Amino acid sequence: MNIKFLKYHKANYAFFIILTLATIVCIVMFGLNLGIDFLGGTLWEVTFENRPANAVIQEKLNSFNLGENIIQPTGENSVILRFKNIDEETHQKMLVELNKISKVEERRFESVGPTIGKELREKTITLIIISLIALLIYIAISFRKLKWPISGWQYGLVSIITLTLDILFTLLVLILLGRFYNVQFNVAIVAALLTIMGYTINDKVIVFDRVRENVLRTRSDNFAETVDQSLNQILGRSLSTGTCTLFVLFALFFFGGETLKYFSLTLIIGIIVGTYTSLFVASSLLVSWGLRKRG
Amino acid sequence: MGFLQKQEKFEQSGYSKKQQNKTRLIVLAIFIFLILAGSLVFNLPLFHKSLFKLGLDLQGGTHLIYEADLSKIDSSERSTSLEAIRDVIERRVNMYGVSEPIVQINKSGESHRLIVDLPGVRDIREAIKMIGETPYLEFKEQKTQEEVDVMLKKNKPEELTVHSYFKDTPLTGRYLKKADLAFDQTTNKPHIALEFNDEGAKIFAEITKRNVGKKLAIYLDGKAIIDTDGDNKIDDNDLYAPTVQEEIPSGKAQITGEQSVDYMKAIVKRLNSGALPVPITLISQQNVEASLGRVSLVQSLKAGLIGFMAILLFMIIFYRLSGFFASISLVIYIVFLLAVFKLIPVTLTLAGIAGFLLSMGMAVDANILIFSRTKEEIKEGRDFSSALENGAKRAWPSIRDGNFTTILVGIVLFIFGTGFIKGFALTLILGNLISMFSAIVITGYLIRFFLGSKPREAKKIWL
Repeated sequence: MNIKFLKYHKANYAFFIILTLATIVCIVMFGLNLGIDFLGGTLWEVTFENRPANAVIQEKLNSFNLGENIIQPTGENSVILRFKNIDEETHQKMLVELNKISKVEERRFESVGPTIGKELREKTITLIIISLIALLIYIAISFRKLKWPISGWQYGLVSIITLTLDILFTLLVLILLGRFYNVQFNVAIVAALLTIMGYTINDKVIVFDRVRENVLRTRSDNFAETVDQSLNQILGRSLSTGTCTLFVLFALFFFGGETLKYFSLTLIIGIIVGTYTSLFVASSLLVSWGLRKRG
Repeated sequence: MGFLQKQEKFEQSGYSKKQQNKTRLIVLAIFIFLILAGSLVFNLPLFHKSLFKLGLDLQGGTHLIYEADLSKIDSSERSTSLEAIRDVIERRVNMYGVSEPIVQINKSGESHRLIVDLPGVRDIREAIKMIGETPYLEFKEQKTQEEVDVMLKKNKPEELTVHSYFKDTPLTGRYLKKADLAFDQTTNKPHIALEFNDEGAKIFAEITKRNVGKKLAIYLDGKAIIDTDGDNKIDDNDLYAPTVQEEIPSGKAQITGEQSVDYMKAIVKRLNSGALPVPITLISQQNVEASLGRVSLVQSLKAGLIGFMAILLFMIIFYRLSGFFASISLVIYIVFLLAVFKLIPVTLTLAGIAGFLLSMGMAVDANILIFSRTKEEIKEGRDFSSALENGAKRAWPSIRDGNFTTILVGIVLFIFGTGFIKGFALTLILGNLISMFSAIVITGYLIRFFLGSKPREAKKIWL
């Protein structure tokens, strides 16, 4: 079996350029559906002895001037309420009101002030940038022995570009999920996005490593052929390495409970996209760059 | 590294006697470590019983973040007054009977925070109310003989405590300018120096004037300012009351003759917390009920088990006997990692468990890389054992780079992240480090051990 990975590189470039644009458009149009960790706000899960209709709860909430609020039934007798950040006094008063409907037990109460949310937003961006730079430096050092046709830091740059694509595509899916299924972008998802970077770079490393080895060993003039050959050699393991991690993630997605559900989904998307970009985009970029330099 | 030794020798002669002995020894060592780690993890009677530390999201509890307003406090005194307020909060939650509370100071940009973790607390209303109040420092003087007589007529002696013999004075923390630990210029002995403001100096002068030779008790939040009977908790048995030596008109007092500098430091800190009140406001709270935490724990572990089984199946189907040994290493890996969690100890949150489960999938990646490479080597005509040695050696750079990049991101997350992210990062880093060892070294030696002395005869069943 010999797959020509590089044959469709133009189509791939076009596809990912469109994807990048689409993601940017979606971010501008829809924005991320940020959770309370980022915006500040309250998430409150209560269990009623007899769960009333949403309208009954809404009526009780109306007197508290909460602004926009979401009432979402969950489990057998529980309700998740989301609204703006409130102080402890209001919390206790609301509890009294809810108790008037039916006996209430508090399961979870999270209230995040706006300053904490703002801090987290800033921190997240810093985190992503620092991680990308750290990875760039690591790859550049690890591949420093390569001079022909492209140098170590170019390998680093290629991996950073493709990692960014992985993140962007995952973000696109998250934006759409947020838009249409009200999936919230929270701290867990940030952790997942950063893990995607740390993990899918493994696939890129597998590709680069084999290219490195083949370049050093064969000393062939044809870089494109060397890359193509390398890709064919490592296709099997590139697919299988992600597989076991995906097993765990799918199990978490289906059985791991609410908090880890979208955390694992984010990683699933990222790892699948990451495997694809390692095989098709990272390699093409290597060759394009290598050929341009020579020509 | 078990795999990474020079392979030339093996190509000529298979495993020598000496190498076989070494392999046996190492497998034995792994086995012994496994038993030790296993008995730690599963609480076998070999060790003291220890439990995994669970985070608030799994065992239930309350996580509070307070913002401290230090605007009225001199910048040189900020860190001490923060420590003082932390100390006060600790005192209060201890009084409330919370087991293992954690109170931390956290500086974020320009703002100073106090993070309070209360495991297992169900009704937080009281706790929040108590924590939020400004510390109240008061000085009480001894009742006069007549007052004591009246009191004894009304109450039976057994109803009275040491505190019943003291009465309020107008002197409170409001009048205390500051407290310090000072050293006597001539004897160099340490003492506590109190300084009252002008108004306080007048009140203090009157109180000392009428109480020479008597005791003056100091209270914080209605209880003795410090533990005096050495049982490490402050309750009604404690009374901190220095004796007034003379009338003090200057507003500057000294408390001398205390047991240790640390003890005096603690008193100073608490005096200051009442003197320089730092208003704190609750800016974030998270409260998870215990049963909800348990559900999360059970769900995530169940998912982990399913994922684990899938990995075992995959490895054995695709990599046969080698895959089987990789699976055994994975089990060993899990036991080792859990033992490390207990030893450090790592507080396991839901995020931490996610990181741990994820690292399981990543752990076998190294094996997959080695086995794939070994298959290639076999195709080139090598026998199994030398192909394996060679495969491991040549797969190493990509295993190294792959794991270190993940660890690198983990470190960035750990240093700059908070809460969820930190817990996740820690288990991910630990998992990656240990898995590299288990996947390469343990799997390698296990396979060698079971290959025995005739590696050349290894059949297809091995890979």
